[in-house]
Amino acid sequence: MAEIEKQGLRAWLMTDTPTSRRHARFAALYAGWLTLKANPMAMVGLAILILLLGMAAFAPLLSPHDPFEQNLIGRLQSMGAEGHILGTDSLGRDLLSRVIYGSRITLYIVALVALIAPIVGLLVGTVAGYTGGIVDAILMRITDIFLAFPRLVLALAFVAALGAGIENAVLAISLTAWPPYARIARAETLTIRNSDYIAAVKLQGAGAFRIITKHIWPLCISSLIVRVTLDMAGVILAAAGLGFLGLGAQPPSPEWGAMISEGRRFILDSWWVATIPGLAIFTVSLGFNLLGDGLRDVLDPKDGDSA
Amino acid sequence: MSDISVENLNVWFGDHEERVDAVKGASFDVPSGSSFGLVGESGSGKSTILRAIMGLVPTWSGGLKIGDLTLGHKRPKTFYKDVQMVFQDPYASLHPRHSVDQVLGETLFLHGFKDVDRRILQLLDDVGLGREFRFRYPHQLSGGQRQRVAIARALAPEPSVILLDEPTSALDVSVQAEVLNLLSDLRDEHKLTYLMVSHNLAVVAHMCDATAVMQNGEIVEVLSVEDMRAMNPSHPYTRNLLEGSFGYKPTAEQSA
Repeated sequence: MAEIEKQGLRAWLMTDTPTSRRHARFAALYAGWLTLKANPMAMVGLAILILLLGMAAFAPLLSPHDPFEQNLIGRLQSMGAEGHILGTDSLGRDLLSRVIYGSRITLYIVALVALIAPIVGLLVGTVAGYTGGIVDAILMRITDIFLAFPRLVLALAFVAALGAGIENAVLAISLTAWPPYARIARAETLTIRNSDYIAAVKLQGAGAFRIITKHIWPLCISSLIVRVTLDMAGVILAAAGLGFLGLGAQPPSPEWGAMISEGRRFILDSWWVATIPGLAIFTVSLGFNLLGDGLRDVLDPKDGDSA
Repeated sequence: MSDISVENLNVWFGDHEERVDAVKGASFDVPSGSSFGLVGESGSGKSTILRAIMGLVPTWSGGLKIGDLTLGHKRPKTFYKDVQMVFQDPYASLHPRHSVDQVLGETLFLHGFKDVDRRILQLLDDVGLGREFRFRYPHQLSGGQRQRVAIARALAPEPSVILLDEPTSALDVSVQAEVLNLLSDLRDEHKLTYLMVSHNLAVVAHMCDATAVMQNGEIVEVLSVEDMRAMNPSHPYTRNLLEGSFGYKPTAEQSA
């Protein structure tokens, strides 16, 4: 009985002739999901990110120890030591617990930067590209100024001005990360704005705001998503770099980048202290990249053609 | 009521040394309810006249009048309710991420219609597309189906004038006839005035009452369709064009 119902739902979702707008949206979502599901690498990426989310959500249940509990007698225990599967760091804190709790900080940074930078970039780039003329010149020169600084140096200056801490680090990284998005969005807008379908909607009396948000944004988003997922590794590392310089996450918070810089001092005789958080960063970055690649295939209307 | 009058229209692109005059001193009148053709080779300024009328080209001078409305450089919103355009390439004139429903729905919304759902179905019926096409995306449609969507979009605000920019040139020959028949049916049904650009004289002869022949941005001759069928042009370029429309004929020396 349940099997028949399932078949019915599937047929309802797979239909060629949706009966309402809501139905059509569900069918399109389902078709997108099927495309994503057919890509095994994207599913691996998705699995990694779901694991990361689960880890962050259930950190207190999953971690065997308190991530801040020091034990100077049992410092730098190697992997597989009793009670510490991944060993301990220079203050005798359990590495596994610290990596698990660190996923919260990493997710926090990544989510905020991924929200702020592409949206600011999209806004600046599409407005500049669509409006053209003096507005374009002013916005793009501002973008140039931000691009001219090395990223970490600019972030350092911002954090130094705003004060150390993870929120300010996020803000600083976002401020330095948006110009490439603005450039991509502007380039896409320039090719789109003279197309016939934009002329056609102008002939219906649509204003610039509607054209930019409803007609240009949807076409820019797929290239931006790919760029975001490629940038995520860089964002995690930039946050780590700021932490290393004492301007990002403050000790004893178990931020992965800060953990690496701590372990750097013992890298020759206690390699796992730096390696474990490094592997965590690597895995999460890989997850973002794989999922981003798959998402691009789903979002591209020409490749999404299964009919 | 909605006749088109074009008086000494000039359109140019670029400034100073780079200035290109695309249309030079074009004048013609289209009576309400009739169809008027613009023919000429590529680059002769046919499409530019349409784009100038629609307000898509800002650099023009001269007199443009639709009905009682004299057009300035800024078009009032009511203008777009009365005058619409169908573009040449249906592969480029539909937004790749918008379904047929979104395209027509947005158009109707922008023109302030309330009963959007009923009108979308009505429009699909009008252009001979089944209701199952309502939630399709452009990449799921053929060229002819896309052009029907574009025609439905132009019909949505219930205009009295439609400008057609080579509406069939991007389509297969078999589909061209279908779309042309659809256009003439719609003209009779909705009492439309057409201004149609084409480089295909057969299309113009089929659709239009009169036609202007353009060469290098100038109108060299305005010809009635009877004169065209009788092969009775007054300008040598028109004669060339008419003879060319019969295809390549080897001359006596070449065939010998």
